[in-house]
Amino acid sequence: MSKVKPSLWALGVVVLALFPLIVTNPTYTTIGVDTLMFMACATSWNMFSGYSGYVSLGTGIFFGCGAYTMALISTHAHMAGGIAQFWLIPLAGVVAMVVALPVGAIALRVRRHTFVVITIALFFVFQLLAINASFTGGAAGISLPLIPWLAAYFNLPFYYIALAMVIFATALSASVRRSRFGLQLLAIRDDEDRALGLGVRVTAVKITGFVMSAFTIGMAGALYAMFQGQIYPQFVFDPTFDITVALMAFFGGFGTLLGPLLGGLILESSQQYLTLTFSNGSLYLILFGVLFLIVILFMPQGVVVRVSQLWARRNLKRDATPPSDVTPTAEATAIAGASH
Amino acid sequence: MAESTAFLRFEGVVAGYGGGDVIKDVSFDVPQGGVTCIVGPNGSGKSTLLKTVSGLVRPRLGQIWFKGTPLVGLTPREILKLGVVQVPQNHSLFREMTVEQNVELGAFLIRDRKLIAQRLKNVWEIFPIVAERAKDKAGSLSGGQQRLVEFARSLMLEPELIVLDEPSMGLDPKTLRLVFETIKTMNKVGRTVLLVEQNARQALRMSHFAVVLENGLLRLSGSGSEVLNNPEIGALYLGGSIHASPKQAAS
Amino acid sequence: MATLLEAKGVSRAFGGVKALDGCSLTVEKGSITGLIGPNGSGKTTLFNVMTGYVKPDKGTVLFDGNDVTNARPNKIFALGVGRTFQLTRIFERISVIENMLVATQRDESWLRGLTRSKSSPSELHAAMEWLDFVGLARLASMQAGSLSYGQRKLLELAYVLVADPDVILLDEPAGGVNLTLINEISEKILALNKGGKTFLVVEHNMEFVMKICNKITVMHQGCDLVTGTPAEVRNNPQVLDAYLGGSDDEFDQAVASG
Repeated sequence: MSKVKPSLWALGVVVLALFPLIVTNPTYTTIGVDTLMFMACATSWNMFSGYSGYVSLGTGIFFGCGAYTMALISTHAHMAGGIAQFWLIPLAGVVAMVVALPVGAIALRVRRHTFVVITIALFFVFQLLAINASFTGGAAGISLPLIPWLAAYFNLPFYYIALAMVIFATALSASVRRSRFGLQLLAIRDDEDRALGLGVRVTAVKITGFVMSAFTIGMAGALYAMFQGQIYPQFVFDPTFDITVALMAFFGGFGTLLGPLLGGLILESSQQYLTLTFSNGSLYLILFGVLFLIVILFMPQGVVVRVSQLWARRNLKRDATPPSDVTPTAEATAIAGASH
Repeated sequence: MAESTAFLRFEGVVAGYGGGDVIKDVSFDVPQGGVTCIVGPNGSGKSTLLKTVSGLVRPRLGQIWFKGTPLVGLTPREILKLGVVQVPQNHSLFREMTVEQNVELGAFLIRDRKLIAQRLKNVWEIFPIVAERAKDKAGSLSGGQQRLVEFARSLMLEPELIVLDEPSMGLDPKTLRLVFETIKTMNKVGRTVLLVEQNARQALRMSHFAVVLENGLLRLSGSGSEVLNNPEIGALYLGGSIHASPKQAAS
Repeated sequence: MATLLEAKGVSRAFGGVKALDGCSLTVEKGSITGLIGPNGSGKTTLFNVMTGYVKPDKGTVLFDGNDVTNARPNKIFALGVGRTFQLTRIFERISVIENMLVATQRDESWLRGLTRSKSSPSELHAAMEWLDFVGLARLASMQAGSLSYGQRKLLELAYVLVADPDVILLDEPAGGVNLTLINEISEKILALNKGGKTFLVVEHNMEFVMKICNKITVMHQGCDLVTGTPAEVRNNPQVLDAYLGGSDDEFDQAVASG
């Protein structure tokens, strides 16, 4: 449910689909793959954290598990690098969900403020495991089978699979928002005890949402592993990944459908582009700092919410003389779903 | 727009919270020195109208004149300095501070310590019940007593206009009577009172002027007793006569 | 009449303050019981204890003879007890109609909720009917957070009623609500009561209380002081002194007619 018409969504998909065919430079399409991956992760993260208000900073757990699933199976099954590995991606998603079940069962016993801390703690448990356990190859990481595709076209399959993930994550998020289950998540966000008092199976609903959000993130991790060809525990279990995903959703609009997509698009692509153009790996931090300052000062609910508010105000002013009797629709509610 | 000599004037006020207009076009004058009551159904914009006076909501059209000064666009602090104090609907005391400290906070615009002490003495005289509990933590008082402390606090700046948003809400019958008595007293010592009340009948009985707000528009205005005794208004918003069914009266 | 909901000797302190001190209350099945008393006498705390939001230090709560003293709010709700809150608790960031729909999901299995759309036509219809009754129907798609205080009160009442519990606890349902609407609400409560619903009502609006309640318990400083019919309570000198504070014309008329 978004104020954006379906035709605009379709347009967005078309633009994204055409991008690598127009901008063929592999450097830029690599940025495209990264950006799409983040968009998918941010959307998936938002589907649980944005709707329920339980901010998770342990997203990296699922990303890492997905990456290791891809890496370990590829190597241990002696797979040839290439298309066959793509079948592991959904499997990685399932593995992430299986991991999410006990993690969620532990972390969701507490309320949202403690929850954030526990997700961070659990994340580091996984990171330590990855670094120290023998079957993961330890700190040296794992090298995946070489993929023998031509450099000019290498990125394309990854790009389109990533795009498919974005579409899937967005469709799932929209469908949840529309469902009874989604309504229960939102009720939990606004007043968990009240929801409990009205018969909502709060714990079951929370764990389900958490597990569902892990699927796409696990798949993204697997895609990443395959794309890079090489994974190290500290890069696939990266705490800044957790924070980045959350920030993208907040930047764009916490709890909205378009928000995480916009956040991922703007933040990731600009970060990569700046790193590239100015060959200074940290310049993007200054940009981020400025961007976040602007967001916090002028649009604390995120870009999407602010824009829709300004748009609504513009519409009110346009019906200038007769004061309007505009009652916001449910779509506006969805957009304005960010915290007050 | 010509300046106005009315005490408080609403002129074509249109206001809302960004999602749509709650107040659609309201114009009326509040007479000086009296008690003016705004009544109406839930959601008709009564609270919003009060907030436009104290500056918490900015009207998107229209103007509000207070003794000739336009209020739209002024910050709440500036409006406070002009002599308008609002006691909000929700409890707004600092529970951990003493009653005396809470009341003193009402004079935060005044620098002169002697003046504050003087004002405090005056306020204690008007509110002996509050004076008794001066050294107690505000949170330990009952809801009704807290309400009285809020009134006391509002008098510290000796405002010309006091705006009250549902002062009787949540109060038991005994305290309710006390609150209305206190409002009468505040009016007698020279403050103009503008209030919104759902306990409309009791409020209208002590109001000099009244206004009925319905769906963001002014439906009727007149003296307190005129509005109170208006049969249509009585049926629609005042609960009708105690014995007759409101549906009968309305049809 | 059989006792349906009962609190026995309940005590509860918060920090150093004794909110409840050996308080007892019985609600008979099919009755409309009133709970009145000065601010700070513990009425809301008693509600909280009886509906599982607060655990008592001492005492028991019984529902239909079963001990529910330490039951969680969802268990109490599942038994058929619904309640409203004095400081309204609504879901601020979803729409008015969506608030109603959260309450209609009582018997839904959570897993089915994934595939089911937000509401079935019958639920939507029931929800809209209640919204219409409280006068909020035209605001159905508005964000609940933008409702005025009185409207929130009405929304909370509507969604508790749409959940269709057998026992309904109302915490100051008339506060901040327009007088005419209060009359309609009291008539509705009487009608629902005739249909078999039990009510426990906390209220300061004496007209309202005297009109609908067949039994009233007066609380004072955490304990139940007097219990009786409206007329008995009205004339009790202790109650007059502590709470009602003297005579009032309308008030006497209300008691005389009720």
